[in-house]
Amino acid sequence: MTIAEKEAEIVSEFEFLTDWLDKYELIIDKGNQNPGIDPQYKTDQYLIEGCQSKVWVQAEYRDGKVYYQGESNTEIVGGMVSMLIDVLSGETPDDILAAELGFIDQIGLKEHLSPTRSNGLVAMVKQMRLYAMVFKEKSNEL
Amino acid sequence: MSNYIAEHIDEIRADFPILGEQVYGKPLVYLDNAATTQKPRCVVEKIAANYYKENANVHRGVHFLSQVATEAHEDARETVRRFINAKERHEIIFTRGTTEAINLVASSFGRAKVQPGDEILVTEMEHHSNIVPWQLIPGAVVKPIPFAEDGTLLVEQLEQLITPKTKLVACAQVSNTLGTINPVADIIKIAHSHGIPVLVDGAQSVPHTKVDVQALDADFFAFSGHKIYGPTGIGALYGKEEWLEQLPPYQGGGDMIDRVAFAGTTYAALPFKFEAGTPDFIGSTALAEALRYVEKLGVENIAAYEHELLTYATEQLKTVDGLRIFGESAQKSSVVSFLVGNIHPYDLGTILDKLGVAVRTGHHCAQPVMDHFGIEGTVRASFALYNTKAEIDQLVTAVKRVARMFK
Repeated sequence: MTIAEKEAEIVSEFEFLTDWLDKYELIIDKGNQNPGIDPQYKTDQYLIEGCQSKVWVQAEYRDGKVYYQGESNTEIVGGMVSMLIDVLSGETPDDILAAELGFIDQIGLKEHLSPTRSNGLVAMVKQMRLYAMVFKEKSNEL
Repeated sequence: MSNYIAEHIDEIRADFPILGEQVYGKPLVYLDNAATTQKPRCVVEKIAANYYKENANVHRGVHFLSQVATEAHEDARETVRRFINAKERHEIIFTRGTTEAINLVASSFGRAKVQPGDEILVTEMEHHSNIVPWQLIPGAVVKPIPFAEDGTLLVEQLEQLITPKTKLVACAQVSNTLGTINPVADIIKIAHSHGIPVLVDGAQSVPHTKVDVQALDADFFAFSGHKIYGPTGIGALYGKEEWLEQLPPYQGGGDMIDRVAFAGTTYAALPFKFEAGTPDFIGSTALAEALRYVEKLGVENIAAYEHELLTYATEQLKTVDGLRIFGESAQKSSVVSFLVGNIHPYDLGTILDKLGVAVRTGHHCAQPVMDHFGIEGTVRASFALYNTKAEIDQLVTAVKRVARMFK
């Protein structure tokens, strides 16, 4: 599946949930499906600290594709982390850098990606892109 | 409750247009009053009227409007003086708020009176704005007076924390996180017996309790307009004349000078020495309007009503499985900080918001309090004179609903 297809799938899951609580139940559920980050990476080096919550993210580059792992200490942010990983993991750096991640807005969770929210998610997306950029640079050098 | 506020609650709520708003299609339950309060119509209308009818720069114009604006601004100073019962009008300095008031004292007092190695005592429950300004004084050592598990300040430790190097004690009258009402009169007595001045952070006390700076014998007292139904960006510092006379100016600029020359500048008399630049004369008069609104309802009435709300909220929240309250001092004002089980405050606050309940989550700018309990943050519900028991019921129902979601 392409990034756009994965985004569309998530949007369709949320589409019929009109009640906010149902949406958040699904987000929490998404978080629970996330295997999380390998404990060896749950360190300050991989920590993105928001004012309200924490996010850890790590990435590896295999066969031209970026594989992410990550988690949060809050369930709502954790659900968002899980969805971002689902969408971007296993894709090429070029595709990741081109992704607009419109699904977050479409499922009504844009506020969580607001810089003023200070929950670490904006920095996480930036960090995920940064990993892709670095892997791309490195592969170009080879 | 047989209380003036309870009897007139519908009229009072009607004074605050924003309380009729809906969020996410649900009636707004606004329980973030310790962060900022909503404004009664008279305050908003005062701001508009000032701009429409009385806007001119103060203290310098000979023209009619400038005189009207100056008089209104100085009348506002008199209202603030009366409200906290300062002795003299010129002991009231207008600032942007509590934070600026504390920074003013820290900067001016620090330059005049603090040598490297000297100590400033604060409480462990201070807001960051009553910790960091003191840490910014070069060489100053800021030491905390600890609090007990229930959030009561261990005043008995003050005596032994005071050393010959202690230059000032700075203390919140009410904790923004725990709600504890600190015995500032006792603290001031102890400090004064050692010849040490005391700054009282009144940001969280002025809206909820009658303050008399002369009865307290406070040397400095700071508060913010926006936490007492006034506009943002205006607040006041009270300083005893003898202290304000001794301290150097905070900022330089227009309005604070007597005569400027390259050979040397002399400063204006109090209070203008501490008010550089054009003051917020629109804000000051709107703040005075807010204080008159509070006076009209009666500070004692408000305190009694809010105490009932606090007692009710505490009882009702305790019916939630796994709910822990942080700060249960016998002397407490209208703040309840809590956590439910292992639910992160961000999660709890986010869902409460979607249910129309506005609360604060996080460390409330009091990280030492969080460190004390070994937690990252809490959810904080804080009450104002327009809140009702029905709103507290909505809060409790919502908290129970969220608790089920995270089970």
